[in-house]
This record gives sequence, structure tokens and C-alpha cells, in this order.
Amino acid sequence: MASFDVIFLGGGPAGYVGAIRCAQLGLSTAVVEREGLGGTCVLWGCIPAKALLEAANIANRLKHAAEFGVTPGEVKLDYGVAMKRSRGVSTQNSKGVEFLFKKNKITWIKGTGRLAGKNAVSVKTADGKEEKHEAKKAVVISTGSRVKGLPQAGLELNKTTIISSDEALTLEKAPKAMTIVGAGAVGCEFADVFNAFGSKVTLIDVAPNVLPLEDLDASKEVERSFKKRGINVLTGAKISGVKAGKNGVTMTIEAGGSKETVESDIVLVAAGRAPNTEDIGLKEAGVQLTERGFIKINDHMETSVKGVFAIGDVAGPPMLAHKGEREGIVLAEQLAGKSTHGMDYNNIPNATYCHPEVASIGMTEQQVKDKKIEYKVGKFPFSANGRARTSGETEGFVKIIRDAKYGEILGAHIVGSHATELIHELVLARTNEFTVEEVDLAIHAHPTLSEAIAEAALDSLGKMIHA
Amino acid sequence: MATKVFMEALSPTMEEGRLVKWNKNEGDAVKSGDVLAEVETDKAIMELVARGDGILRKRFVGEGESKPVGQLVGVIAGADENIDALVAEGSGGGSAGGSGATPVASPKPPEAPVAKPTESAGGTSAPQAPVAAPHESNGGPVRSSPLARRMASERGVDLGRLQGSGPGGRIIKRDIESAAQSGGGASAAASAPAPRRAAGAGDYEDVALTQIRKTIAKRLAESIGPIPTFYLTADFDLTRVTEMRAAMAAMGDQFKVSVNDIVLKAVATALSQHPEVNAHWLGDRIRYHNRVHLGVAVATDDGLIVPVIFDADTKRMSEISQETRALAKRARERKLTPAEYTGSTFSVSNLGMFGIDQFTAIINPPEVGILAIGAARNEVVDVDGSYETRPRMKVTMSCDHRAVDGAVGAAFLQTLRRCIENPLMLVY
Repeated sequence: MASFDVIFLGGGPAGYVGAIRCAQLGLSTAVVEREGLGGTCVLWGCIPAKALLEAANIANRLKHAAEFGVTPGEVKLDYGVAMKRSRGVSTQNSKGVEFLFKKNKITWIKGTGRLAGKNAVSVKTADGKEEKHEAKKAVVISTGSRVKGLPQAGLELNKTTIISSDEALTLEKAPKAMTIVGAGAVGCEFADVFNAFGSKVTLIDVAPNVLPLEDLDASKEVERSFKKRGINVLTGAKISGVKAGKNGVTMTIEAGGSKETVESDIVLVAAGRAPNTEDIGLKEAGVQLTERGFIKINDHMETSVKGVFAIGDVAGPPMLAHKGEREGIVLAEQLAGKSTHGMDYNNIPNATYCHPEVASIGMTEQQVKDKKIEYKVGKFPFSANGRARTSGETEGFVKIIRDAKYGEILGAHIVGSHATELIHELVLARTNEFTVEEVDLAIHAHPTLSEAIAEAALDSLGKMIHA
Repeated sequence: MATKVFMEALSPTMEEGRLVKWNKNEGDAVKSGDVLAEVETDKAIMELVARGDGILRKRFVGEGESKPVGQLVGVIAGADENIDALVAEGSGGGSAGGSGATPVASPKPPEAPVAKPTESAGGTSAPQAPVAAPHESNGGPVRSSPLARRMASERGVDLGRLQGSGPGGRIIKRDIESAAQSGGGASAAASAPAPRRAAGAGDYEDVALTQIRKTIAKRLAESIGPIPTFYLTADFDLTRVTEMRAAMAAMGDQFKVSVNDIVLKAVATALSQHPEVNAHWLGDRIRYHNRVHLGVAVATDDGLIVPVIFDADTKRMSEISQETRALAKRARERKLTPAEYTGSTFSVSNLGMFGIDQFTAIINPPEVGILAIGAARNEVVDVDGSYETRPRMKVTMSCDHRAVDGAVGAAFLQTLRRCIENPLMLVY
């Protein structure tokens, strides 16, 4: 039995970042984590997936290397090597978090935790022992989420032929044919990876477009690019039959008024994540859930039980690492009695790392229309951008939707190389209420991809220079 | 950096304040904008708010004690910041930021730490003690987002009057939106001269009750009535009204207007310039009307009824004249529809035709004023040292003190005097 000010249940991005900030502010802090530090993000999500996407990008770029006067010899693609490298990057990052814990004197309690009465947590360690720890100020639930499969569509995960991203990240080789169910960020990223490593990829989604949460123009641009690279994209699709054999899966898919039978070695279910709310003592403690099964929190991230807080995926969408991280920081400052500015849920960027990359902040054009806001759109294609031409990455555009009267940036959408880096100029602008005119005021270096942002801002004002 | 908490001038005439109640204890975390304490001014109990973030490290004044404006009453600082010098200053005695305090203060200017020399170059030097209105006490530029500035300039919102809710007290979009909704911060606030009705402006503007308005309302209602009424009487010279009527009548019977018609037109015109009396008291807020709907009391056999001349300020005298007659006739015939006698924003009652020189009328709630008009009569008056007979008329305005203060009612009557004594102003 040990006593701390704050105990976090779960060492993912929300929990570990919150813990570091708590410790920096002088609170004694512990994190209960049964796996490695860093959570899904570091071990099973963001980081390893991006390592694989980088491999895919090298593969794709090599196909055009000869145009640059660089003719490679025989190009061999080995998913197993890429996978091992990505695991290595994950481990490295997880160790990095361990180092930060030591540096900030945060206790890592290895094991599976659960709420145990008021201000306490019980932890079952790997050797079956159970110990109780006191949390004087707060217990913070940051248990995250997990993939859940689509059993209602006949896609019960079996870890061999019907898999989730967890298994995809540890495959020894790329399958000959893969069907990916769900064309959100995860589905599009794996479609990109396995296409680059030679798999015949079918990407299906029930929504009418890939990346259905993004602006329609962005979705269309990605779909066009995917189809050009030979990815079979079926949107508005319905799965009407699934036959899972020993070595593959046969699926009947209805899309666009016709029926198609798709054979694949592996089906990757990239739809649906469920919050981890089971077996952590929520019910016994009286912690209420929302209708969708997330933990219900108030503006201060406190649950229905005083002194018990929840952050990250388990506390509700958007299920993004950077949303959880910021919640962790805001909560830590709140617990330490510092003034905080609260969470700005309207300014959380979205990023998808497939090629071309997609990034956005704020509203889509459709959302602006639905809200009946008068708006103007500024759009600039990378095909007209000097830097994009030099690297031969001319897919995509920058699109800025601004309020007609005041120039407020209502939404910004970037598709193209490095979009996920470029978006932050507009995140900074929107978060601080800069208008398109302040974006235009900033001198953008030439030649850069960022110039496309300045041009889109200018276009929204009706005075674009380079197109 | 530590933030000093001063006894602030929470009313324009306040010289000292009594600290009624501390809302924060020493050691409490406070954010800019948090209410630190309640302070009784000469007029009301007001909120003393934090001007910085941190911990309320020290309170120098006990509850119930009075301190002059400018006196250091507390310190907000970081948890482990050294505030010894400030503590010495605060405990140093009763003199308001006096000479004894300066030597131990930080090397920075003791007051208005944000003020830059260039900011005060415009003539008035930065105040030594923060005796200015609370929002301006920082002296420096108002922190605000570009979007907020653009919206404020479009909507005529004065940033200096707003309390920002963004990071570090920065004024952001939502502050402008809420200010525009509540009317706070708008340059058309009650004390400012009333602008003409802006094109596209709404029919009215609701303004939440300020602390002082709440206190006035509560105390005066305890003393008199549910509507604490007071009366203002003025005596107007009708020489030019008489001349005008005669000149118009000489042009033909169709141009005849009564004194009452001219007075109604004058009242409507004056009201359009004084939304502060063209208002409704709604309990938790005051609704300032941008349109003038003038109620005109009419005696009928059944009793009093007040039909309404809608948009009276925009109507010509002939229209007002015809409409008044028609409404009065319909009232006596009991033909008025409810729509014709509801919705007035201010009322007029005229007993002049009954030979009443002066009387007080009773306010028709939720209106906040009514004007009682007496008979026109000849009176000997002193005109530049010689006695002359002049036609004159007494009017008495009943005012709801919860919404209208004496000076505000008087300002309206001043405008009305200008319109009646110089009726050419009605075509200005």
C-alpha cells in the first residue's frame, strides 16, 4: 500500500502526459499500466503505423526515382523487415516514456488496476498478487480504447484471416490480397501501406466516401489517388455475405447497384473502437457512462463520482492521441490548482498519414452550409506550387473556408505531401482567432509548400497571385 | 509576476470602499476575472475582481474594514514567489499608496505595470493609482484576438469595457458575441448620448442589470411602491408653439394642429434621442427600445385607456394629429382592438383640456416613465429684465427610479424643452 496524490489508470498518451505534468507541478503521481508505457498510440497505433507508412512512401517514391535521374537496381519489398523496424521504433518510444517517468519521479505500478472505493485503486500484478494504493487528490481513468471488430457484419476477429490493426502491425509478410473494411483514417493508412508492399487491396466503407469525416473535396482527392495506384475502392458498400475459410475470406459486397465477390487472404477490420470501461470497477464505484458507452464527464473532466476523473478515448470522442494528451495537461493543472484555459474541443486537428496525407481543422464546407453561415472558399492546388513541383508531389490542395464578413477561419483542409505538418499554421491561426488577413500578413518563405496556405488565404479574399 | 490587488474605484464617485466579504481565502488559486471580494461603495455592493492569475497569497484588509481607493488590499502571486516587499507595502499603514510604500516596491512602476510610456503619450498621463474605471486600470493596450477586434469595430463594441475570457484575460470572439447580446460594452450604453436609430438595428436592446441598478431597484422599491416613482416638473414656454399654430392655421383649416399634437410629436422626437427612458423594466434586465411607440391616455366613459401611436418618432405631425383623433374616437366608441392599446414604450397623459395646471400621472408598467401635461396658460414672466405675458405649460414626468435616475429623466426633459420651445427642432 502506497499513497499518492494522483493515480492514473492507463499509461497511454492521456495518462502518461497527464502524469508528467502532475509530477512537474509537485504532485506525487503513479500510473497503473499492465503493458508498456505509451499505450495504443506508441505500441499499437500512431507510431508503428507511421513507421510502416514511411516504408510505403519510400517504395512509392522509388517507382518514380528514375525520373529524377536516380535509377535503383532491383527493388525488393519485404513487409517483415518494415514491420520489425516499426516494432523497434515503438519500443524505443516506449522506453523514452519510461525514461521520462524516472526523470519526473513517477511511479509505474505494473499490473491491471481498478477503482477500489473512495480515493483508492487496487492493482493485480503479473504474479497474481493484489495490492491497494491510495490516491489522495484524484483517480484518473485513462484506460483508452481497443479495436472491437464488426461481429454484426459477420466479421468476428479471429487473429488469422479476420484481423484488426493489432495483428496487421505484426504480420511477417504482406498478403497477396487484402480487404480492408472501413475507410476512415486507419483503413486508408493500411490500404496505402499494403498497396505499396504489393498486396491487392480492396477498401470498402458503408459511407459514400473514403475519410467520411473529412471535407468532401479531400475525400475525393484521396479516392482518386488510391484508384490511380490500383486500390479497389468500394464506397457506399454493404457486406451481404462473409465466408471465412482456413486460408482466406470470401465476401459478397453490394456497391453502386452491383454485387461483387471479393476473395482475400486477410480481411482487416478497421472500423469501430470501443472504450475500455470493463473490469475497472466503474459500476461498483457508481461512475456513469454515456449512451455510447464512454465515461460521462463534466467540464472539469470529473465523472459522476467526486474525485474520479476520466480523460482520453475512454472519456469520449474524438479518439485522438493529441486530444487525450491535452486533456491530461489541462486536468493536471486543474488538480494542482493552477489556472487553466480549459479544453478547446473546437480546435483539435485531424490527421491521416496515407499518401497523399490529409489534415484538417474546424468545419467542413458541408457543416458550414448546414449551419447557414455565409462563407467564402479559398483553394490552391499543389500542382501550382513550386516546391511541390520540385519534389514531384503535386497531388492535393489547400482549402480554407472563411466567414464572409469577418474572415474568421471556419475550416481548413489540406491534402498532399506533408499536409499533417502544414496544417499547424492554420491550427495556430484558428486557435488564436487569427483571420485569413493575419495569415496573409505573414511572409511565407519561397519556395515552400506553406506558400499554398498563403495563396489559399488570398484566394478566399479574391486576390490569389499564382493561379 | 505578482499582481497587486487594490481597492478600486468601483463607482465614479467612490472615494473609499468597505470590504464586506472576502470570497477567496489566502492560499486559494484565483484566475483573472474571479471575484475576490464584495466591496460596498457609496452606491452599491460591487465585486472586486482579480486582475491576474495565481494564488491569493495575502489579504491586508479584514471584512468590514474600509479603505481608500488605491490602497493595496491583497497580493496575487505564484505559490513560491517572494512577496516580502509587497507584504511590507501592504502592511505599511493606511496611507493610500503613499510615499512610504514606494521605496520597498519593485523597480517597476508601482502601479499600472502593463502601461508603456508610449501609451500615455497622447496627453493624459497614465494614472499613478488605479482610480480609473476597472477595465481601464491596466493602462496598456487591451489584449484581444484579431477576430474579436474586427467584430468589435463592425459592431461598435468598445473593447475597453469588456472583460476577456480567453487565455490571460484576452478578449475573444465569444466575449464580443455575449457583449453584443447583452448590450454591455456597446458604446450606446445608457450614459452615452443616444445615437439615432441605426439602420438594421433591432427593435430593442436588452441590458442586464448592473450591480448598482440592482441595488437601486431593491432599496427604492422597499421604500416606495413596487415602482419607486419620483417626479420631475418643468415649465415650458409655448410662445413659438403658439406662433407656429397660428401660422399653420392661417394657411387653411386643413393645416390646423393642436398644442397636444405638437407636444406628442416633440415627446416622440425627444424619446428617439433618449432610449434610456424609452424602456421597459423586466425585473432582471432593462429593455431599451429603439422604436418609439407612444401611448396616449384617453378618458372614456368606461375609464382610462391608452391607445398607441406606433413609431411615433417617424411620423409627421399631421399623421400624429389624425391618428390621435382617430384612436381617441375609436376608444370612446369602444372599438379599439388589443393590438391598438398594447406595446407602448412610453406614455403621455394630458389633462390640459380640463384646466389642470399640473398633475402627476401613474406609470403604466413595464414602462419606466409617463409624462403628465398640464394646461397652456398665460403667465407674466421676466424676460431679460422686463415683464411679459407668455403662454406656458407645465409638464411632470413620473420616473421609475429602478431604471431612470433623476439626472437621466432631467436630460430627457431638457431635450423635450428644446423641441417645444423651438419647434423648428422637430424638423431638424
